Amino acid sequence: MARRLAAPLRRLGGVVFSVILTFLGLTAVTFVIGRFMPIDPVISIVGDKASTEVYDRVYKELGLDQPVVVQYATYLSKVVRGEFGNSVMTARPVLEDVWRVFPATMELASLALIIGVLVGVPMGVIAATNRGRVVDQIVRFMSLLGYSMPVFWLGLVGLLLFYAKLGWVEGPGRLDVAFDDMVPTITGLITIDAILAGEDEVFFNALGHLILPASILGYLSLAYIARMTRSFMLAQLEQEYILAALAKGLSPWRVVWVHALGNVWVQLITVVALTFGSLLEGAVLTETVFAWPGLGLYMKNSLFAADLNAVLGATLLIGTIYIFLNMLSDIVYTLVDPRAREPS
Amino acid sequence: MTATRTGAGPTLRAWLLDPAPASRRQARLGGWFRAWLAFQRNTLGMVGLAIVVLLVVIAAGAPLIADPSTALTQVLEDRLQPSSWAHPFGTDELGRDIMARMAFGARITLTIVLLVSLIVVPIGLAIGLPAGYFGGWIDAVLMRLTDIFLAFPRLILALAFAAALGPGIENAVIAIALTAWPPYARLARAETMTRRRSEFIQAAELQGASHLRIIATQIVPLCLPSVIIRLTLDMAGIILTAAGLGFLGLGAQPPSPEWGAMVSTGRAVLLDQWWVATLPGIAIFITSLGFNLLGDGLRDAASGRG
Repeated sequence: MARRLAAPLRRLGGVVFSVILTFLGLTAVTFVIGRFMPIDPVISIVGDKASTEVYDRVYKELGLDQPVVVQYATYLSKVVRGEFGNSVMTARPVLEDVWRVFPATMELASLALIIGVLVGVPMGVIAATNRGRVVDQIVRFMSLLGYSMPVFWLGLVGLLLFYAKLGWVEGPGRLDVAFDDMVPTITGLITIDAILAGEDEVFFNALGHLILPASILGYLSLAYIARMTRSFMLAQLEQEYILAALAKGLSPWRVVWVHALGNVWVQLITVVALTFGSLLEGAVLTETVFAWPGLGLYMKNSLFAADLNAVLGATLLIGTIYIFLNMLSDIVYTLVDPRAREPS
Repeated sequence: MTATRTGAGPTLRAWLLDPAPASRRQARLGGWFRAWLAFQRNTLGMVGLAIVVLLVVIAAGAPLIADPSTALTQVLEDRLQPSSWAHPFGTDELGRDIMARMAFGARITLTIVLLVSLIVVPIGLAIGLPAGYFGGWIDAVLMRLTDIFLAFPRLILALAFAAALGPGIENAVIAIALTAWPPYARLARAETMTRRRSEFIQAAELQGASHLRIIATQIVPLCLPSVIIRLTLDMAGIILTAAGLGFLGLGAQPPSPEWGAMVSTGRAVLLDQWWVATLPGIAIFITSLGFNLLGDGLRDAASGRG
């Protein structure tokens, strides 16, 4: 038993070690960016009319007279405790701001991911089972379109078509003004909160606002998910157990969707985790187009207000989630797939 | 291109496809010709090549397609005109000709792509080659560094860099390059490791060639094809990131006709003058689609799946 556990444990140890290293790297980068900034941090606090004594005192208070390594260590200890400083724009702690806007991004990215998986996985399976035929080519071309589409442009075209011309969906923002503050915030996800409060009208309004940006983000993730599903499925369909199952008289449908796809899920977990990370990124552009009050819009507005604390706080948060998702997919992979447990 | 090569008669073709080439040059040219033949069979790949060639032609011939002054000069009485003979793609909110701006914007896009490639490939090779060649702790340190950068969200980091360095096209290039090199390091490492124990490397070592010489003359040329394919596939992502930065106002600054920035300014009049925002977006889309198709075709040709 102990020997069987040793390999995966060592692997998990390796994963955790590299996560810590990556996190240190991430903080080092944001620390360097913070020092790169062509704005003098002391002047941004005391103003350029301050006397030399005041300037020197603040300079010392900020620890800028310390060696760089000490400054980094101080920065790191603050980051670990969640102290990203105050936002210049909102005058509140950055962490508080970020937690306030994050649910909006979560709601958008989650629905996008659900759409991406529900459509992308079947598309990949169908492409793999029809390899080289017209269906396969169509799926391949649709993924290529998704890879090539500027998300901000697709958002604008979507708004023009489905909101302005056809009136099928609601416009920018998360909710019509009339519905603001009608449901108490529990999860921060307005659609869920509306269901919990039993407010149908609010739910459908929120969904109307959500569906277009989520579909657009979902289409981009679908491209990657469909492509990866196709190649994973192709690898499975070549295996002998498929032939054996077919020879046994199982229906081809069952063999493909239950047996082959069942073995692909583990690999898909990695893909889905990485997709979720990239959705958080895509959110910056999508949220700008749809005036969606999430982390992306917050980051963009902070950028133009030269609010460095907020920008670096948001960068760190998204970066950490990204690293965490990577780690999670690694660990799940190790736990679920016995082949990954064997020492290499 | 097809006409010049195959039109020269069967002798050139036979010489190129000779199974027993008489010279190193013949062998090399023959190899390229075979790759071209394989690539040619891929319709989508050829479409991609045509798009990329067209982009280069438009960028090079921009002054011939449109009067350079109409791209930048503001003619306020002509603002927001729909398509007409004088302005096939209409005019923007300052009366500038959108077609002229898109043609000159192709130069900006190509410049960004070229500069990013010139930074990314050397960095990737400089990290990946020694890692694969020497192995051991050098490999461990360099690859750990690569992993760190690989785990970063690209656009977010580019945003943070652009914010720190200030908006502008040079800074956008640096920001994208800093986040785009890790895959090349991994690729160069993998390619190097598969060749490291080859006999021709041992022969060069026995002849007394230095490590640097072996890497530069034996290993780099073998890495280049896969690096080029990867680069072509990455181009679309680079173009989209650059356009995204431009859209957010962190890339090329006005009045520069960068496509992403043009989409951004067109947003204000989207509902009434749809062409101002959508046409430059189509240019971004077609360009990145072209690079994706070309890269896919090259990869298929290289892996022998015609």
